[in-house]
Amino acid sequence: MTTIAIPPGMPQYGDVPSYDVAAVRADFPILDRKVNGHPLVYLDSANTSHKPRQVLDALREHYEWRNANVSRSVHTLGTEATEAYEGARAKVAAFINAPSPDEVVFTKNSTEAINIVAYAFSNASLRPDADPRFRLGPGDEVVISEMEHHSNIVPWQLLCERTGATLRWFPVTDHGRLDESGLTDLVNERTKIVSLVHMSNILGTVNATSRITQRVREVGALLLLDCSQSVPHMPMDVVDYDPDFIVFTGHKMCAPSGIGVLWGRTELLAAMPPVLGGGSMIETVAMSGSTFAPPPTRFEAGTPPIAEAVALGAAVDYLSGVGMRAIQWHEKQLTAYALDALATVPGLRIFGPNVPVGRGGTISFALGDIHPHDVGQVLDSLGVQVRVGHHCARPVCTRFGVPATTRASFYLYTTTEEIDALVAGLEQVRKVFA
Amino acid sequence: MQVDQLYQEIILDHYKHPHGRGLRDADDPAASVAEAHHVNPTCGDEVTVRVATDGAVLHDVSYDGYGCSISQASASVLHELLAGRPAAEAFAVHAAFVEFMSGRGEVTPDEEVLGDGVAFAGVARYPARVKCALLPWMAFKDAAARAGVDTSPTEVQG
Repeated sequence: MTTIAIPPGMPQYGDVPSYDVAAVRADFPILDRKVNGHPLVYLDSANTSHKPRQVLDALREHYEWRNANVSRSVHTLGTEATEAYEGARAKVAAFINAPSPDEVVFTKNSTEAINIVAYAFSNASLRPDADPRFRLGPGDEVVISEMEHHSNIVPWQLLCERTGATLRWFPVTDHGRLDESGLTDLVNERTKIVSLVHMSNILGTVNATSRITQRVREVGALLLLDCSQSVPHMPMDVVDYDPDFIVFTGHKMCAPSGIGVLWGRTELLAAMPPVLGGGSMIETVAMSGSTFAPPPTRFEAGTPPIAEAVALGAAVDYLSGVGMRAIQWHEKQLTAYALDALATVPGLRIFGPNVPVGRGGTISFALGDIHPHDVGQVLDSLGVQVRVGHHCARPVCTRFGVPATTRASFYLYTTTEEIDALVAGLEQVRKVFA
Repeated sequence: MQVDQLYQEIILDHYKHPHGRGLRDADDPAASVAEAHHVNPTCGDEVTVRVATDGAVLHDVSYDGYGCSISQASASVLHELLAGRPAAEAFAVHAAFVEFMSGRGEVTPDEEVLGDGVAFAGVARYPARVKCALLPWMAFKDAAARAGVDTSPTEVQG
């Protein structure tokens, strides 16, 4: 990495907040284990992150001390459980600078969060009295991009099939950036919603959203940002970014699986018809028909993942304690280091931006013509855990003409020594398949 | 487990120098020819297997595809073991290979029946890779059924 002297008076490297990575690693019990006789080198945090002891303790404490159902009990345990669940909602709201905790809907994961919005469109399209912003039909358009995870493609394909609307998408450039050259044509008066990934789970690209937000406002459409890969790794401020919806998932940000978030503007959530029907989401139920609770409860039918939500609150506390700005900078340094280190491996081709700017710590690559499954298997034998395959983003693989890639992804506990282990492992792969 | 137990020399050899690769037309215009295309949705591996048969004998088992060393070597072994054999024998080999791969490393293979297929012993211990090894074999079974072959196995004469 080249270091350039910053002129006095400008913000210096030393001004960026930092933290003790070794102390953070000590919070994650799994990082002590060995895999196939080697120390674990976990480079798959874009897939799922590990959980610190503080989060595991919160999960255990909830079940050991205040386990009860929420929002329906007058007894002490029920009250405490409800307070913990709603407290977690407030923590999550503060974490993304949401104006109100009521804008945070707890879901199972990002996929469910996107589907809630897509099915709200679907249900609104069947009702003439529904808010016109959510009504879709032939001639209307939904816009996504070629770099989406399948979870931000398939729900919109299905929605367009049901309503007769047309699905369009931003292409991806050869450098793995979003191709915005057709923005004014692509996002137009017929567009009802733009659903865009904030950070690509395969290319690592972080999309600049301001021009798209501006265009979406011009044409009166809605904007959803899939923040599954960004909220865990950088500060998120929904007022500053100014989308209409964001989605993210707990298990990629130190929380358990089974808990995710849909954030939406209060008045938009209020205008959306319910999706899943059942207990908790109602106002009153009669055999002749029902009325529905206001958001967020309207979208949380049935007993929610209570302990998981509480643990997500603990994860948010943990990440805030380390500092999101510091985590972002740590990963930026790791990414710069890794891009340089991987460039030394003969025959290695990176898919996505090859500079540590406008990208996060997720790097996909090909090693000659060795199949990613084989790369991943040899790395695993050395304790190095990477993901191989199409990463649920098959159109990106198709775009770059490969069936699959190998992907290394970093988080707050990743070290440069682990990147060295990856590079050494790739040498071993080349030997086996020479 | 050591990685060289998975990547046996025999497997790497079939991968680097595949036998009988490429989809071929039948020599006999009267032969029944059918193919099947199978994909592994988790990794994007693809293989097409084509069977040419008179119903009793598999005159040719040809294939094409792309994927990891395990899936491509397995297709090469499939061709080597089954092309030119009576259908009933071929399906006995098929059944033995599927049983071997599904045995989590507990099944002792018969080299008389499985030939180079025994090199996949290490693969059987990696659940994530078993479907790589089976991909061409499952495509073969579909292709043969489409070509009108009775796919029930009988005893192999070793």
